[in-house]
Amino acid sequence: MKIKARSISEGKGKGEAMILREPFGFYGNIDPKTGIITEKGNPLEGESIKNKIFIFPNGKGSTVGSYVIYALKKNGAAPKAIINRETETIVATGAILAEIPCLDKPEEDILKMVRDGDVLEVDADRGEIIV
Amino acid sequence: MYLTREEEGMLSGKEGPVVAKCMKLLVRLGEIYGADRMVKIGSSQAAGVSYKSIGEPGLEFLRGFAKEGARVRVPTFLNPAGMDLRNWKNFGISEKFAKKQKDIIDAFKEMDVITTCSCTPYLSGNLPRYGEHLAWSESSAVAFANSVIGARTNREGGPSALAAAVTGRTSNYGLHLEDNRKPDFLIKVETGLKDGDFGALGYLVGKTLKNGVPYFSGIGDCTTDDLKGLGAAMAASGAIALYHVENKTPEAKSYRDETKNLERIEFSVEDLKRSYDELSDCDAPNLITIGCPHASVSEIGFLTRKLEGKKLKKDLWVFTSRAAKVWADEMGYTKIIEESGAKMIFDTCMVVSPLEELDFECIGTNSGKAAKYLPGFCKKKVFFADIDTLIEKGLK
Repeated sequence: MKIKARSISEGKGKGEAMILREPFGFYGNIDPKTGIITEKGNPLEGESIKNKIFIFPNGKGSTVGSYVIYALKKNGAAPKAIINRETETIVATGAILAEIPCLDKPEEDILKMVRDGDVLEVDADRGEIIV
Repeated sequence: MYLTREEEGMLSGKEGPVVAKCMKLLVRLGEIYGADRMVKIGSSQAAGVSYKSIGEPGLEFLRGFAKEGARVRVPTFLNPAGMDLRNWKNFGISEKFAKKQKDIIDAFKEMDVITTCSCTPYLSGNLPRYGEHLAWSESSAVAFANSVIGARTNREGGPSALAAAVTGRTSNYGLHLEDNRKPDFLIKVETGLKDGDFGALGYLVGKTLKNGVPYFSGIGDCTTDDLKGLGAAMAASGAIALYHVENKTPEAKSYRDETKNLERIEFSVEDLKRSYDELSDCDAPNLITIGCPHASVSEIGFLTRKLEGKKLKKDLWVFTSRAAKVWADEMGYTKIIEESGAKMIFDTCMVVSPLEELDFECIGTNSGKAAKYLPGFCKKKVFFADIDTLIEKGLK
């Protein structure tokens, strides 16, 4: 199945979906070396977003989060792609600078449709998600 | 979004990959916020300078960016660093922190950024014009440039301010547009204000409004330094990036007739007291901090006259820019302040320096912004008061 979405940062990526159902702040809440989420009480605490298709509603918190996304990429710990309900400035800035494919505003509610571990193909050049 | 031929060229890589990446970032942000086109900017000011704030990820980004060939094309200044860049050893800064902080400054220098580390660029040689478009980051400087000067800037993140500096442009949305500069609340000030009162007023208004554009009436005599403190507090307790003050700020008169229809908030002498109470959770400061935003030369002169011939029993630190230092030294202020036992610190401030590592329990300040940020950023208790009370406490 194909879902249309808005392209924030171009590129293609394929991987397993990893879904967080709450807003995520990258600064202070993830290890930039491993991609492991370290935020206390986060439902995904201890899991790595490395090579995943990381799906969460929107970013939050410090603007330094953009730099963390960039560091994840440099350290080889970045997700293959990011999908948001609505991407805000911090995540958009980080994804564009790090050249990580990023999409938002999918036509279907992706947080409800996709399950953890589903394999997704993200084509941010065309603004498409293939489930 | 409409792009000129030159901008299209930048985007497609005619001026190299770094310019293309910066342009792509600005165009995407513009699309997210519904911009119709880009505007040329007169200057930029980048936040995210302190190693304490940006850490290793930020340093790596800046180094990489400099190495890829990023160079700014408009005057670009910096926010405060995490330490006094010359005299850091005297303030308990570790060798490791100092090394990393200097690496950050060097990366900026490589990009031709002017490494004036100050939250008051407008007092340090980066003075915008009325109506000029800017890409500034520091929230208090954004509020000052928009409100007191009438320039136009959104509150940029570190990377977007740099991208704007590298391309000389930013996307035309938010406060770049006249429509978004109209006031939406009328704040009737019903009490006289002096010194720390402006921070107290700003704290409460920012906290109540969250964002939006307040229009103040009833503010009598005030200095530019008072407005600097007012805007800083509002930008810290809320996300206010523009305000108007009747008879004081340049855009206020064009909105005067519309204020009748605005939602009204009154600020009484009781509100002022409530604000002081909310901002304080201790009353015996063992360190007093002045200069958030960075003290102007006149504020330093004022403090000098208060401290002349006195001996402080508590620590008192004055934070300011290296530009103000030149005149503080020249006027003999630095000498008198230091003779009283106080210290002058440059390039940094109490919020972005690693103050939490130092052994002070209760920090005194006359800044609404510092009072709001110190508990969260530095894990400190705060005593918020006017300058006379602070000095009195410092002498005891």
